[in-house]
Amino acid sequence: MSAAEKFGQMFFAIGLFAVVFIGILLLASLAKGRKGERVQSLAFVGPALLLLAVGLLYPAIRTVGQSFKNGDGTKFIGLDNYTNIFTSPEQLLVIRNTAVWVLLVPIFATAIGLIYALLVDKARGESFAKALIFLPMAISMVGASIIWKFMYDYRPKTRPQIGLLNAILVKLGFDPQNFILNAPANTVFLIVIMIWIQCGFAMVILSAAIKAIPEDIIEAARLDGVRGMQMFRFITLPSIRGAVVVVLTTIGIAVLKVFDIVRTMTGGQFDTSVVANEFYNQTFRYDNTGLGAALAVVLFVLVIPFIVYNARQLRRSEGR
Amino acid sequence: MSTLTPAVTPEDTPAPPTKNRPSALANAKSMLSSRVATVIAIVIAVLWTIPTAGLLITSFRKPLDINRSGWWTVLQNPSFTLDNYRLALGSGTSSLADEFVNSIVITIPAVLLPILLATLAAYAFAWMDFKGRNLLFVAVFTMQIVPIQVTMIPLLSLYVNTLHLNGTFWSVWLSHTIFALPLAVFLMHNFIKEIPAELVEAARVDGAGHVRIFFRVMLPLLTPALAAFGIFQFLWVWNDLLVSLVFLGGSPEFRPITVAISELAGTRGSAWFLLSAGAFIAMVVPVVVFLSLQRYFVRGLLAGGLKG
Amino acid sequence: MALRVTRSSKALAITAAAGLALMLTACGSNDDDSSSSASSTDCAAYKTYGDLKGKTVSVYTSIVAPEDQQQIDSYKPFEECTGATIKYEGSKEFEAQLPVRVKGGNAPDIAIVPQPGLLKTLVATGKVKKAPDATAANADKWFGPDWKGYGTVDGTFYAAPLGANVKSYVWYSPSAFKDKGYEVPQTFADLMTLTQKITDDNGKGSAWCAGIGSGDATGWPATDWLEDMLLRTGGVDVYDQWVNHEIPFNDPKVADALAKVGGILKNPNFVNGGDVKSIATTTFQDAGQPILDGSCWMHRQASFYAANWPEGTKVGPDGDVWAFYFPAVDPAQGKPVLGGGEFITAFADRPEVQAFQTYLSSDTWANNKAKATPAGGWVSANKGLDVNNLVSPLDKLSAQILQDPKAKFRFDGSDQMPGAVGAGTFWKGMTDWITGKSDADTLNYIENSWPKS
Repeated sequence: MSAAEKFGQMFFAIGLFAVVFIGILLLASLAKGRKGERVQSLAFVGPALLLLAVGLLYPAIRTVGQSFKNGDGTKFIGLDNYTNIFTSPEQLLVIRNTAVWVLLVPIFATAIGLIYALLVDKARGESFAKALIFLPMAISMVGASIIWKFMYDYRPKTRPQIGLLNAILVKLGFDPQNFILNAPANTVFLIVIMIWIQCGFAMVILSAAIKAIPEDIIEAARLDGVRGMQMFRFITLPSIRGAVVVVLTTIGIAVLKVFDIVRTMTGGQFDTSVVANEFYNQTFRYDNTGLGAALAVVLFVLVIPFIVYNARQLRRSEGR
Repeated sequence: MSTLTPAVTPEDTPAPPTKNRPSALANAKSMLSSRVATVIAIVIAVLWTIPTAGLLITSFRKPLDINRSGWWTVLQNPSFTLDNYRLALGSGTSSLADEFVNSIVITIPAVLLPILLATLAAYAFAWMDFKGRNLLFVAVFTMQIVPIQVTMIPLLSLYVNTLHLNGTFWSVWLSHTIFALPLAVFLMHNFIKEIPAELVEAARVDGAGHVRIFFRVMLPLLTPALAAFGIFQFLWVWNDLLVSLVFLGGSPEFRPITVAISELAGTRGSAWFLLSAGAFIAMVVPVVVFLSLQRYFVRGLLAGGLKG
Repeated sequence: MALRVTRSSKALAITAAAGLALMLTACGSNDDDSSSSASSTDCAAYKTYGDLKGKTVSVYTSIVAPEDQQQIDSYKPFEECTGATIKYEGSKEFEAQLPVRVKGGNAPDIAIVPQPGLLKTLVATGKVKKAPDATAANADKWFGPDWKGYGTVDGTFYAAPLGANVKSYVWYSPSAFKDKGYEVPQTFADLMTLTQKITDDNGKGSAWCAGIGSGDATGWPATDWLEDMLLRTGGVDVYDQWVNHEIPFNDPKVADALAKVGGILKNPNFVNGGDVKSIATTTFQDAGQPILDGSCWMHRQASFYAANWPEGTKVGPDGDVWAFYFPAVDPAQGKPVLGGGEFITAFADRPEVQAFQTYLSSDTWANNKAKATPAGGWVSANKGLDVNNLVSPLDKLSAQILQDPKAKFRFDGSDQMPGAVGAGTFWKGMTDWITGKSDADTLNYIENSWPKS
């Protein structure tokens, strides 16, 4: 297929999509009254819900079912997979690692992103400064793991270092460290990579939120003599609270699912594996779909705190 | 999670500012802090850029040099080559130009479709009244956690057996749309909620229906949010490897640039020189898109300030 | 969609026409015996495959650039003479993606599977087609019963072997050995004496270099060490029992072999400049490179490591690097050889797919592949392969070893074990072993992880 044909197909798809949806919406808007409201809301949420039900909900339910079955899905074995996860020391370690990831990455990525967004706000060269922090987001996970190889790489003392961190250590007279090998610090070094990537997301969203704070509020506060940290604590932070929650939640959930970094940097060895990586291995490499599915369900359970918190936020905002 | 969020809530009233302090001191303090602020910002920026700079330099070095000395040593004895880029662009069974086209053709619909669908749904969740609204919204939000991997086999057999879309762009467009929806609905809902209720009410009083409000009032106000989410969706689709691998499987003529680059290192595995050049080739478009869209969402987000 | 259908049928028509044209030229130029032109293929040998004009066979493999081009080239004579089109797709994610495609109903016509263990898993899905009689006849004719056995599951023959590699090699530098007056060891005892001598002459940790890092497959080179050693200390029968779990993974004989491996890999005097743990994080591709700068003298790795030497390195018996056979421990056990290979697994039984399957299992293909690989780096256990068609001296050596009737070839054990062990706990266990876990703990850990049927 030539490039022109490919673009043709693309525009055809976009056009088709636009025609179908405008059609549905127009038809829905013809309906009036109480029933009309219901028809219209169906037209608004229906397509999204349909896609989600087919593409995500059905597979999720299937997975829950598989988690009670054996490796090749032929026999019902009850809770054995779950017992396995919560009793074997290797799997418990994986859960502990995941917990560390979920605690550290959202907090640090959001905090650094927020600080940076505040610092460069309205500064000279702001968009360039922001692009620098955003850059890691534009790099694929594979690219990121290559980049960090040149940071963490380790070689014996006798050979020239090609990892920056070890080169600095050697220059300062220390022994080179095998950053990726030594548990539990190695998990932290992997987490640094994720923070490095996710910070751009936090920065962009939070910077947007900061810019959305009405100028007159800030001006009024300034007239009252509010400055620096106080301005941040009493004006900025409350105004962007919603955005902070969104960023923390989004990064938290992204971290639960991430496995590329672990997979490419250590393959889950040296006590660095996380639930998502273990799930991938069990399902696709060890041909143990039952245990893999159970791990996916554990991921699901781990996200419940985020859901409850956000549901409560939702209820609160409804009440305003 | 609640412990992680700031203790201050909007209900808290700001503490009375201290007015008895000499203003000269306050000025000095803020000048000092602005200098400290600049230093901190520069430190963060440098720390964040060093790794990427290392890769950029590496991508211009000879394979042997890469293995024998650190990338920072080029400052002492510079020696560069364009061969890595030449190889990355020219080797393999097809040129990267085709894959570039594929990536663009895959990405644009995969960004537009979920944004429109999600914004519609988010609008309904925020401003329309229907039964089970909140429950449905939480359910959609929850779908974020479903790992893409568990959906691959069911979706693939759907495309193969029922829709006959496997190995076509349609399968990736649909898949990316599905996977993006939960987060998109969640984010757009948060933006839409921020839009003042008075605006919607006023439009309703004028007799406008939901469809009209959505297109005439909401969409213009949401430009910044659309741009912000659009950027991230663009990045995720552009950098995606898994979805293309699974659903375009068997059709090398449709593969995007990420798939091509991940194969660059080939069986040799550690061909850093090729991978580093490839990573930069793939990065160009997302960075350009970010730089050109940035303007929109900075300016546009000020619209959210209407609320005050 | 209409677009795509039209376009691909047009493409087929063009390719078919081109194929026909090539056939005509081939037939017309019989008196001209120049073999430089690709179109001068003698099509007589391809008559049995019939006329496959307009037919397409899709092939999915883990063979990616730069080796893919040679693979594609080796299909050309078949395409030219039968008119069929071979659609080639290589991916590094092959092992994980293939089962997904098969279960999702999107299996390729033919997959080139490098692990007998994965073949078993695929057969269990019920989607793998039994090899046609012609392929089975080829397998009987050109391959030893051991190789045919690796493509057989529960008594049914599914997959004929394709390429092969030899793993029982130790890489070294002939020129450096010559300078120091070192001899290539013929027995394991000689090897250990040499190791000690190199250490005395060149300092701590200079004799061996090793690395088992390989991304998410980290650990596999260490499993090769153990397998190679067990073949030598326990013999091929014990090895087979161990692979099939007829003796436990932590059998005392395996423990013996592991201890012997540990005598080299876990001895700081012998390996990686004295830093044993660095084996775990050094990638296998980088691991042997210090041989070139003289900071290391020996590196045990398969024939395919030849591709990892930088451009300009001379590989040969008197070049910069060369490999010797990893010597036997117990001469009574014969000459065991550890290796690997690929198998042609079919998910369709259309005539053109079966014809292609049969072509790939023939001596014709093996020799075509050898000719299509001018830079070397490929061998097969196919007995019809003319060693003279191989270019690189290492490939010749490997082919001779594979065809040597005295050699006792055994397939890589981890590739035959269930995925949870062979691509899981065995790799992980050996990695932990390098970083400090004891022999007994390691073997017990792997034994306990063996799936209970």
